[in-house]
This record gives sequence, structure tokens and C-alpha cells, in this order.
Amino acid sequence: MTRSVRQSAAALLAAAFLGLPSASAFAAEPGWIPKPPRGQGDRCVADTFWMRRNHMTVLMHQRDATVHDGIRSRRFSLKGCIECHVVKGADGKPVTAASPTHFCRTCHDYAAVRMDCFECHASRPEADAAGTGKADAETPARADAHALARYLRSIQP
Amino acid sequence: MSGEPQDCAGCGCGIGGTCARSPAGDDGLDEPRRAFLRGAAATAVTTLAAGVTLYSFGAEPAAGRGPDEKVNPKVRWGLLIDAGKCGDGCTACVTACQTENGWRDTGHPETDAQWIRKLTVKNPRNGATFSLPMMCQHCADAPCVDVCPTGASFKRADGIVLVDKHTCIGCRYCMMACPYKARSFIHEPLADQKPHAPRGKGTVESCTLCVHRVDDGRIPACVEACNDTAGKAMLFGDLNDPSSEIAKRVANYRTTRIRSDLGTDPGVYYRNI
Repeated sequence: MTRSVRQSAAALLAAAFLGLPSASAFAAEPGWIPKPPRGQGDRCVADTFWMRRNHMTVLMHQRDATVHDGIRSRRFSLKGCIECHVVKGADGKPVTAASPTHFCRTCHDYAAVRMDCFECHASRPEADAAGTGKADAETPARADAHALARYLRSIQP
Repeated sequence: MSGEPQDCAGCGCGIGGTCARSPAGDDGLDEPRRAFLRGAAATAVTTLAAGVTLYSFGAEPAAGRGPDEKVNPKVRWGLLIDAGKCGDGCTACVTACQTENGWRDTGHPETDAQWIRKLTVKNPRNGATFSLPMMCQHCADAPCVDVCPTGASFKRADGIVLVDKHTCIGCRYCMMACPYKARSFIHEPLADQKPHAPRGKGTVESCTLCVHRVDDGRIPACVEACNDTAGKAMLFGDLNDPSSEIAKRVANYRTTRIRSDLGTDPGVYYRNI
């Protein structure tokens, strides 16, 4: 009996600390709350809330796996993040991390956490950096994502 | 039928134990069964040979390794460069490397990036000259790896020598240690790097043997450019695979490795120098 009360109290506390801030931070949107733009496709490579907490860890792990072991899986690759979370500027081209509207900067500026990824890494997809607009071409992965999105929309009541 | 396996020294296959070609006699195999075993052995060899070819050389050197698999430590990637076919004023390899990896001359030859450069060598006695590309030689015992204080300069399991720029502190000790002057240091902030070739101020860099292309099953950009538009002087492949073209040529022709007296065991071989 005591244990069940304690458990439900713990669950309520957890909801208060974890669930409610996440809901209020990105739904109610007072002006000073960061509102990162959506990526392409229907969903991120992992749960959005989990990604907010853990993206730095998976990126750090992936970077060592890629550099030292040549593992180039797409799921947690920085290149994949950049290609999906592309934000276009006023000129229709993707913005670099120099712009405050860049996907990463929307939260990092707010949290005052400095990123040094983009001192070396490209902060926007390659083809668009050259201005050729090739990034808009359908890659197989993107075509799959679009087809899946169309299917999911079609089966929704 | 004797229960003891026969030593196969008689047929010369060197396998030991019994083999399908064991001398007739004590092994008690009858002829049809022996013929079947011969066939099985031949099939295994064929399959094995095809597999080796697929993994080691050809249009897709790294084919067969999935994106989630680690590099194969049995592979040793290397280059064979024929200076006799390397054109004197030709810089196709350098241009291809610049385009592929996003480095360029900025008008400061003392400090500009040099992943690959063309050298013209002249014999002062008779005036004979030849030309060759010089880049990281991807040594098996690389001095740059030895001296790096942070472990940023390292050799990948398949023999490619790289800089892990996440741990490079820019001390440039490796640049001093390299006998080939293959490394350069980035002095200025950069923007719009190639996504597959991150490079930034304060780190050392050098030829990566186009590691992103090799992992993708393709050949380095310089080799591709030389084969497509220039003298077909460069060959890329697995030095450890005896059936690969590069290993055959290294075995059959007289090749030179630059400053091999230093004992660094470079992975880049030259001909006609």
C-alpha cells in the first residue's frame, strides 16, 4: 500500500519535472522560448525528447566510430543531421551556423552552450553551399521518406 | 580403411592431413568419392577467389563492407605511381584533390595546405628530369604517429594514416617528424568545408587517401582523375591481397619507395624514379 502510494507520487513528480516542462517549452511558446524548426520527413532518427537530452552523446560516439573505425552509418551522423535539419534563409539557400536561425543555434544560443563542431564541419549540405540547388534532388532515402509520409497521410481518417 | 589421416606432403599441397589429392593407397577412398572431393575443393577455391577479388580490388575495392562494419585490418591500402607516365606539367591529381577535399591555394605558398603536390626532380649531372606527385606515404611505421602527444595522428587498421582533428591540438610536431613534408597546418578560419572532409583552423591535415571514398567502395580522387584525364600513372589497391593488381605489379616490377632507408614502410610505391 505504502509502496504503491510512493510509486504514484514518484510518477507524478517525474511528470512534473520531465513531462510538463517539455510540453510547455515547445507548445505554448512564449517569446523567449527556443522553437527549433522541424526537420524534413515525419520524424527524427530517435524520439525528439530523447534527442534533446542525448544528441551530443550519440554524436560524440559516432565521431570516434567514423574517424577511427570507418563506420559511416547514417543514423547518428552529423552529416545526416545537417541534411535533414536544413533551414533556408531569405535567399532560398540553406543558412550556415553563422546565422541565428540555423537549427542548432536556435537552442544553443538560448542555452549559452558553445558548439565547436562547425569550426571544421560543414553546417549546411554541400550542393547548396555551391549554390547549385542539387540538395533539392530526390535522394533514395528522401524519396523513401516522402513515399512513407504520403502513405501515412493517405491512411489517416 | 586406415583411421589415421595421411600427411599430404606427397601431393605437395602443403595443407597437411588428408586432402582430396592424397596419394591413392592407405586412405581407402574409392575413385568416385575422390572425384567428388576434387570437385568440392575446386568449388571452394573458386568461391574463395571470387570473394577475395570482390573485397580487394576492382571498381569497388571496399565492396562487401557495410556502413556499420569496422575497417578490415587484413587490408593495406596503397598506391603505385609510375613516374614514367606522369606528365611534366600535369596537375590533374592536385586539382582533383582540391576539388574533392575543398582545399585551395590562398596565395601564401609558405603556409598553404598541401595534401598533394607535384615535384619535378632533376639530375644535376645530366639534366634528366622526371615528375611525380608527392603526398602522405601512409607509412606502416609512421613517424607522425610516433611523435603525436595526444594520439590524434593515428594509423587506421587498413593502413591509412589520418589526423583525428577532434584531438589534434595543433602542436605541429608531426609536421616536423614527417620525412615527406606531407602535412600542413590551417592558419585561418574556414567556411563551407566539404561535408565529407572536415577541416578547420588550428589543426594539422594531410592526404586521407580519400578515406570517405574508400569506405564507400570507390577509389581516391587523384587516382580517378589520373586514370580518366591524364597518363594513367596511378593505381590504388590492397597491397596485402596477392590477387590485386597493385600487389601483382609490386611483385613483378622493380619499384621504389622514397626514403625507404628510414624504415617507415611507406604504402606508396613509385616506378621509374
